[in-house]
Amino acid sequence: MATTPLLELQNLAFERDDWPLFESLSIALCAGDVMQISGPNGCGKTTLLHILTTLHSPSYGSVLWRGEAINGSAIYLAELAFIGHQPGVKLALTARENMRWCLGLFAPRKNITIDTALDSAGLNTCKDVPCSTLSAGQLRRVALAALYLRDATLWLLDEPLTALDSDAIADLESLFETHRRAGGIIVFSSHQALSIDGVRNLALAEFTAKVH
Amino acid sequence: MHPTNNSHTGILQRDLLVAIRQGSDFLNPLLFFVMTTTLVPLAVSPSPSQLAVIAPGMIWITALLATLLALDGIFKDDLADGSLLQIILSPKSLWSLVLAKVIAHWLKTGLPITLMAPLLGMMLSLPGEGYIPLVTGLAVGTACFSLIGAVGAALTVALQRGGVLLSLVVMPLYFPVLIFGASSVQRAVQGLEYLPVLAMLGAFFTFTLLTGPFAAAAALRVGING
Repeated sequence: MATTPLLELQNLAFERDDWPLFESLSIALCAGDVMQISGPNGCGKTTLLHILTTLHSPSYGSVLWRGEAINGSAIYLAELAFIGHQPGVKLALTARENMRWCLGLFAPRKNITIDTALDSAGLNTCKDVPCSTLSAGQLRRVALAALYLRDATLWLLDEPLTALDSDAIADLESLFETHRRAGGIIVFSSHQALSIDGVRNLALAEFTAKVH
Repeated sequence: MHPTNNSHTGILQRDLLVAIRQGSDFLNPLLFFVMTTTLVPLAVSPSPSQLAVIAPGMIWITALLATLLALDGIFKDDLADGSLLQIILSPKSLWSLVLAKVIAHWLKTGLPITLMAPLLGMMLSLPGEGYIPLVTGLAVGTACFSLIGAVGAALTVALQRGGVLLSLVVMPLYFPVLIFGASSVQRAVQGLEYLPVLAMLGAFFTFTLLTGPFAAAAALRVGING
């Protein structure tokens, strides 16, 4: 494994409306790293992921990707796959139509089709029904199917395990394993532990800012 | 094989497909336009001579209000289901994706309203000379409404009750469109030269087309943070 860090968080701090959320957060992630962000509700897990996507800017400190400070540039965004709390799936459309739209926005992997991506995500029986008829867990699978489809190095996943059954979690674990072996980085927030080895844990509560 | 759709037609297709499946996106502004215009003869007077005088202004005002009605959802629906973040995080240029959403919005609201307008013109006894400037003016004018409205909708996207604020923000910017649009019809009815007025409207459209998508994209990055 390469030892030069791809993603570096340097002395990161975030304040919301002058209320400090976390501070002095420094981490370096190399290719193949999987990091779980854990902590009680409201400690800033989603905010931290949003900072890494460039949706929010940190109050102090900086985030470096391949040694350069991240900004909203297309070069960084092209390497990034973010799946948030909401699955980002249009309920009026089918899973296949949602994936087609996703391909319009992001570069696809080589040698994969929408069909195989949906099969891998365990949606082989419901590719062509409107997503409004799917359960919460199936909607989450549709959102995660984008990970099979998209060509990205850094995965930022906010609560990816929500509403997933044990089969889907096992699928996701093997997908994580494949991605890290290919040199990718995964940062995800969850309250559940995954059964894959070498997951780095970031207990965000340890960085909760003291109110001065 | 990957479908070779690019991002812009992809967004356009998706928004239109959603609108067709839901129906209400097309129908609500159109029905609002028809209903409110129908109120005019009921409330003012059914006499053709009186209606003909106010017809251009009334059609333009109701068209403005009808597009305003559908404006709130232009980015808010995508924010609610999470797809707006995917659009913002796409490596494709945000202004072009915003432009695709604006075009979809115009096809859902402005175009049906423009096509319906001659019928309402007949109902309000609009003289024959007024129809060509009415339809061309509305086609360009509703496009301006969508372009300007997108900036306001982007700014207020994360606000809980942004609807009224949105109307208050964009309405003053709609004034020039309304003034040029309605007066071109009035001048045509009075037998005066109306093309210069329509040309002013066209110039305003060009200006909003060149600035609107960039302003809306910038507003969106600010707007999502509430």
